[in-house]
Amino acid sequence: MTDTGNAAAFVRVRGLKQHFPITRGVIFSRKIGAVRAVDDISFDIPQGETLGLVGESGCGKSTTGRSVLRLYRPTAGSVTIGDLEISALSERQLRAERPKMQMIFQDSYSSLNPRHSVAKIVAEPLIIQGHNNAAQVRERVQQLLELVGLEPEHMKRYPHEFSGGQRQRIGIARALALNPQFVVCDEPISALDVSIQAQVVNLLVRLQRELGLTYLFIAHDLSMVRHISHRIAVMYLGKIMELARYDELFQNPMHPYTQSLMSAVPIPEPEVEKSRSRILLKGDVPSPANPPSGCVFSTRCPFATERCQREVPQPRQLRPGHTVACHNVDDPAVAEDIRLSGHKIVSSLQDAASSGPDRVFASALPGGAS
Amino acid sequence: MNPILEVRDLHVHFDTVDGTVHAVNGVSLDLFAGETLGVVGESGSGKSVSMMSLLRLIPQPPGRIVSGSARFRPASGDLDLLSLGKREMAAIRGNRIGFIFQDPMSSLNPLLTIGDQIRESIEQHTSKRDAQARRRAIQLLDQVGIPDPEARYRNYPHQFSGGMRQRVMIAIAIACDPDIVIADEPTTALDVTVQAQIVDLMNRLSADLGIAVIWISHDLGVVAGIAHHLLVMYGGTVVEYGAVDQLYAHPRHPYTIGLLGALPKLHVNEDELVNISGTPPSLFSPPQQCPFEPRCPWAFETCLNSQPPLFDISPDTGSRHASACWYDLDRDKPRASGQPVAEWDKEDATL
Repeated sequence: MTDTGNAAAFVRVRGLKQHFPITRGVIFSRKIGAVRAVDDISFDIPQGETLGLVGESGCGKSTTGRSVLRLYRPTAGSVTIGDLEISALSERQLRAERPKMQMIFQDSYSSLNPRHSVAKIVAEPLIIQGHNNAAQVRERVQQLLELVGLEPEHMKRYPHEFSGGQRQRIGIARALALNPQFVVCDEPISALDVSIQAQVVNLLVRLQRELGLTYLFIAHDLSMVRHISHRIAVMYLGKIMELARYDELFQNPMHPYTQSLMSAVPIPEPEVEKSRSRILLKGDVPSPANPPSGCVFSTRCPFATERCQREVPQPRQLRPGHTVACHNVDDPAVAEDIRLSGHKIVSSLQDAASSGPDRVFASALPGGAS
Repeated sequence: MNPILEVRDLHVHFDTVDGTVHAVNGVSLDLFAGETLGVVGESGSGKSVSMMSLLRLIPQPPGRIVSGSARFRPASGDLDLLSLGKREMAAIRGNRIGFIFQDPMSSLNPLLTIGDQIRESIEQHTSKRDAQARRRAIQLLDQVGIPDPEARYRNYPHQFSGGMRQRVMIAIAIACDPDIVIADEPTTALDVTVQAQIVDLMNRLSADLGIAVIWISHDLGVVAGIAHHLLVMYGGTVVEYGAVDQLYAHPRHPYTIGLLGALPKLHVNEDELVNISGTPPSLFSPPQQCPFEPRCPWAFETCLNSQPPLFDISPDTGSRHASACWYDLDRDKPRASGQPVAEWDKEDATL
């Protein structure tokens, strides 16, 4: 993995805004009012890498994924995938370019048609894109099922005959049918049990390696995002608060929100849980229909000053490949406090960390292989 | 010290059109006064059903408590929860044993004010009425960290955020100073930063009020921070039980080991997560073998032929530990003999 700061971006997002108008019964979150779901965000994803997009519910991470793929028409901003400006395309042009970019959805119940067999579900993108040779399509479907770890005889079955993890594999096979280069994974594992989550994540990682895919991986689970991502963007109320390489972010969390998120993620080690340093935020996330003025995090931020309520902080690169949207991280008055709080959180995690359980699961043994 | 709740060999079935679902197959547990017991398992492991059936909160029919006992020992006596009449049960539920559900939106009545819903519980089980009940309700709201409780008393559930609603549920659960609170995935519907607040609150309340808590969760991370003992469930059975420090550092059931390996860590890099291949067992047939056998790398013949009991594998340090596995992971060979946990000497138990 090379430093991505200078590498040419495969996916380029600039000033993306996605606002939903004040209408009753708007689909998104059923909120009434001008919902600023995504409000002026920019990021790059180099080819073959994963950008993890993490945040709490309602922060606009799923909307970002959908806007980037033009499932919504963005309010403002530009999205470039490869050398193609997506946001300016007409519907017809867009359809021709769809094979390049695909999506894996969270809910494998509602994203697979219950009346279609697996063969039909996986073949659908091929047929829409004009692959008419039945034998070829069939062969491709078989190949795809094999790729995601399903058996050829599964082709004739229907979604309800599969478990959640298997259904997610069907969704992945469908997304890969057209040899996409860019895949948006919208919380692909949130609905799955822990042991199944690991199966699906391992599959996604393997596919990325084999096919050179570029992922936008959306999730609320910071540990899982760290595991799968090369770089991580932390979102809060429609804005990107901090963006850095995964190891940099976890060594050196600069934004108070990232710090509090890190300190709140439960860790399966009793010693760590007892001794770690925490920032307990007050209250809940404000409504994106009526975000606070200035910095959107100012209402819950332990370091907020009067300036935070007035001015919107712009993302600034403060370390190599590490951008932060916060006034205070280099303000002499509180910068040292913020730095120390981040340091305490990181070091309290590392100090108490044990070597983990004394036994490991031997998944490579015969019978345990996947 | 006798446990305040002692469940033995609980079996719960559901009769459905497709056949009988063996949801809980012989669950036993001890809960000591003032401790927090974490109950962890994946969906369908029977963790909620077994705890809810103790309070007769599963729909009957189709649910059916087939056998088992649940001795509950509050200060006032010693009774078997499973043989209580309807009326006696109603006097225990919400009074001596409180509960918190996963989804605070659907467990609060949208048409009643928050205050009325807390008062309902107080007036049902205590002699407090009117102004006295109101004062108690406001005090509870304050205790669970709701700012401006006097004004909030008159609000409706929709005026509260998810985290605040869960605080109200906690206020209702502790309204009558219960001995036990059963919390069924109380933070699953919440965001992590709010989850941390609720975990902090529950930790504080159970310590201050001396309430024993059964915390049902699918998340080994959350229970690591709150539980004293942990019960790991799989396929309707208890597969491992032990003090948290012991269990996370020295897991002795293959399922627990796999589960711990399948979780990514926030502070450690891992190349690959543990792949527990396969899926949980179908519960339509009665268990005759180890439920984890098809997915277990250590499985051998015995595992196919009979269901393992919980073997006592407590270390010398005095903390408790038990694993339902025919394979002895300490010695790395099949278990020749072992002491099933039912024989446990209760006097030895330490918290």
